[in-house]
Amino acid sequence: MASDTIALGIADPDARPIGERLHDWVVTVDHKKLGILYILYSLLMLVIGGVEATIMRIQLIVPHNHFVSPQVFNRMFTMHGTTMIFFVAMPILFGFGTYLIPLMIGTRDMAFPRLNAFSFWMTAFGGLLLYFSFIGGNGLYGAGNAPDVGWFAYAPLTSRAFSPGHSTDFWTLAILVSGIGSIGTAVNFITTILCMRCPGMTLGKMPLLAWLNLVTGGLVILAVSPLTAAQIMLSIDRFLGGHFFDTQAGGAAVLWMHFFWIFGHPEVYVLIIPCFAFASEIIPVFSRKPIFGYPVMVGASVAIGFISMSVWAHHMFTVGMSSYGNAFFTATTMVIAVPTGIKIFNWIGTMWGGKIQFRAPMLFCIGFLFQFLIAGLTGIMLGASPFNWQLGNSYFVVAHFHYVIVGGILFTVFGAFYYWFPKMSGRMYSEALAKWHFWLFLIGFHLTFDFMHIPGMLGMPRRIYTYEPGRGWEIWNLIVTIGVFFQIAGVLVFVVNLLWSLLKGEPAGNDPWDAWTLEWSTTSPPPDYNYATIPVVESRRPLWDLKHPEDPDWKYE
Amino acid sequence: MKPSEQTRSLGRKIAGIAVLLAGFLLAATLCFGSSPNGSQIPSIFKPQSTPADSIFRLSLLVLTITGLIFIIVFSLLVYSVVKFRKRGGDDGREPPQVYGSNQVELAWTVIPVLVVLVLFFATARVIHSIQDAPKPPGTIEVIAIGHQFWWEFRYPALGVVTANELHVPVSDSSNPSPTFITLLSADTDHSFWVPRLAGKTDLIPNRENHTWIDPHETGLYLGQCAQYCGTQHAKMLLRVYVDSREQFDQWVEDEKKPAVVNDQVGEGRRIFETTACLNCHAVSGTVADGHFGPDLTHLMSRATIASGAAPNTPEQLKIWIRNPDSIKPGSLMPAMKLNEKDLDALTAYLVTLR
Repeated sequence: MASDTIALGIADPDARPIGERLHDWVVTVDHKKLGILYILYSLLMLVIGGVEATIMRIQLIVPHNHFVSPQVFNRMFTMHGTTMIFFVAMPILFGFGTYLIPLMIGTRDMAFPRLNAFSFWMTAFGGLLLYFSFIGGNGLYGAGNAPDVGWFAYAPLTSRAFSPGHSTDFWTLAILVSGIGSIGTAVNFITTILCMRCPGMTLGKMPLLAWLNLVTGGLVILAVSPLTAAQIMLSIDRFLGGHFFDTQAGGAAVLWMHFFWIFGHPEVYVLIIPCFAFASEIIPVFSRKPIFGYPVMVGASVAIGFISMSVWAHHMFTVGMSSYGNAFFTATTMVIAVPTGIKIFNWIGTMWGGKIQFRAPMLFCIGFLFQFLIAGLTGIMLGASPFNWQLGNSYFVVAHFHYVIVGGILFTVFGAFYYWFPKMSGRMYSEALAKWHFWLFLIGFHLTFDFMHIPGMLGMPRRIYTYEPGRGWEIWNLIVTIGVFFQIAGVLVFVVNLLWSLLKGEPAGNDPWDAWTLEWSTTSPPPDYNYATIPVVESRRPLWDLKHPEDPDWKYE
Repeated sequence: MKPSEQTRSLGRKIAGIAVLLAGFLLAATLCFGSSPNGSQIPSIFKPQSTPADSIFRLSLLVLTITGLIFIIVFSLLVYSVVKFRKRGGDDGREPPQVYGSNQVELAWTVIPVLVVLVLFFATARVIHSIQDAPKPPGTIEVIAIGHQFWWEFRYPALGVVTANELHVPVSDSSNPSPTFITLLSADTDHSFWVPRLAGKTDLIPNRENHTWIDPHETGLYLGQCAQYCGTQHAKMLLRVYVDSREQFDQWVEDEKKPAVVNDQVGEGRRIFETTACLNCHAVSGTVADGHFGPDLTHLMSRATIASGAAPNTPEQLKIWIRNPDSIKPGSLMPAMKLNEKDLDALTAYLVTLR
């Protein structure tokens, strides 16, 4: 199929002056360039958010530490959370989606290329607004400058009375603006997947990555809209004298919680479902088998999407809901474990009987399976609402969601990065450095987040800038902080690998993994407009059919 | 990758997992085992009150079930990774292509559904037993009001107002005297959490929440605010003293008395009543009746100041009044800017408020 593609556009783009080439990147509407922009932007933000986390962990290494003031600490956890969710996790996953969806469904670009560019720049502008707050406004009691209301910004701490100055305004505007970008991307994903698949690719023959991003797109529209509405209400409160959340004037603090978490919980699935997609592409290729139970995987993902809309108040078990409310949200939360478990079993089923190759993408996916299993089980503990009354808002819950976000999402993102890096750059990464990255990060991750569960069970609440000695928390906080330095070392190896491979990596060729989906049929990196001739597919693994004409998939599907 | 490398990397992985499990075991031992000052560790696994105890029992069930699931799935995962790795001397042919199996899918759907049902019913029972518990006669009623960054405790039936250190009577099963706490907030969200007595419940402005405890043993139980409430959320500490019935009655008697009047510290009292102190603090029997800060009528009956941030000694009181930020940066009490002589006199007055 590679011979079908011809290079379109300018023959040697590198021959032009650097200014012109950079200008290309700014005005581009090409999904591949935008995807890479998303990814690079997220990696930059990942480093910034990581620095903020490190500052917090140094402060907590011993009790009564004076590394930073409480004001700075409070800004750090607010900025860390907001940055990592809205300006790292979401954009990096949108970046992979934007890059991969058109390639994998055999089309030339997204359905709305200009909306695609608009969405990216809105997200980028949102991040800029958030960080401009370091110069732009005062925080609680005029003490801070960056926002210090926590990443879920509970009312009434965000009201003018408790949060004068403009730092909270920057926070709310950053979320509002990037939310518009997210909704744009979601609309684009859905439209592209539903309308632009290549001939022969029925819904049942789509790669799982496309299916899962379709579910994600739906969730983004349903979840981000209430969040955006809540930001507008908060702005009305802060600028126009509204009283939605202003408890001093009769507003409702709990209303904000509902708005935030009806976004916040589906958001977890907005983030993890694309990672399920990565695992569902990578594990089959490195096990040399098709995904086990494709229809069940699709069904489970759609089920997770629906159920995830009904579990939000499990973040609010301590706000004094009735026993019926608590029981209802306990039930929905536990039910979601069923489709999630089905997915884990199907991935193991995919590996079962295969010939597993331990390349970096696969190692990260195996790490993901192991960690996501634990994250799911601690999730069940937190879902049992009485247990949640003890564990909620403690370091246990911090450890739990970092198990999901780092152990689940970041691990698969690293896996996806190594898997598609040859396609995006045309060069292979260094496998040795990638393995160093994996093992350092794995050790650091487990040192930090395994031991973080324990102080939570010993009564340590989250978001405290210091703690009292003698409560049995010291040793755990020390270990947790030590783990951070292993993670930093791992990420440094990753950055070195990235730069070295971009400059010196071996040429990758079209299909370095002997994989089966359409993106591997075109050149690495793919030419402008991806496919000179639109491919035609007959099964879920078109390249398998091509490589094994004697035993093609379409005979069995 | 060469076969020898593959075996090595696999060996490393298994070693890594072994270290990890050893770590978990060590953690569990340290977490649940006894330690020299064990009573000061607010562990959720050492319950001393019915709500915390019911949660503890539920947690044992949940931990057992999730632990079993972990062992089963983890073993499957390790087995498939080890057993189905690509081996040296592989013929390079693709393994059999298996697309799925409806029987297997059905099995791993139905079994989790049954597990979820068991967990749900066990949980629902505990929710009901804690949240819908009836109030027996002999219940002590307390109103807890969260402030940035301290706790106000009112006993309306007993006519007592205090701060930061809650006193409750021990409750024995033959003659229960639980304490039911109404939770309110004066400003932002807070959360009342004393892990050994009960799970946390939030204090939310414009809303009335409830929790209850019935401690089985006397002693001091530590906790702290568990919902981010602003700059000094970390030092919004909480102490619950569980007294014997006699001690508790005596404590109530003492707290109901008006403030001690001692003419030797008249100068300090004059300073207290003529500076901004009285805007925020109350001392019964004087003109001071502010409500933004803790009631100081029986200040010296408390072991700590600044919501547990410092011990309640004359030296610490002086440091606190001179510059609260030196103990609790961001606390809402202003530095009073008194000269040394006035500061000494004021401190001398405060330490008479027993």
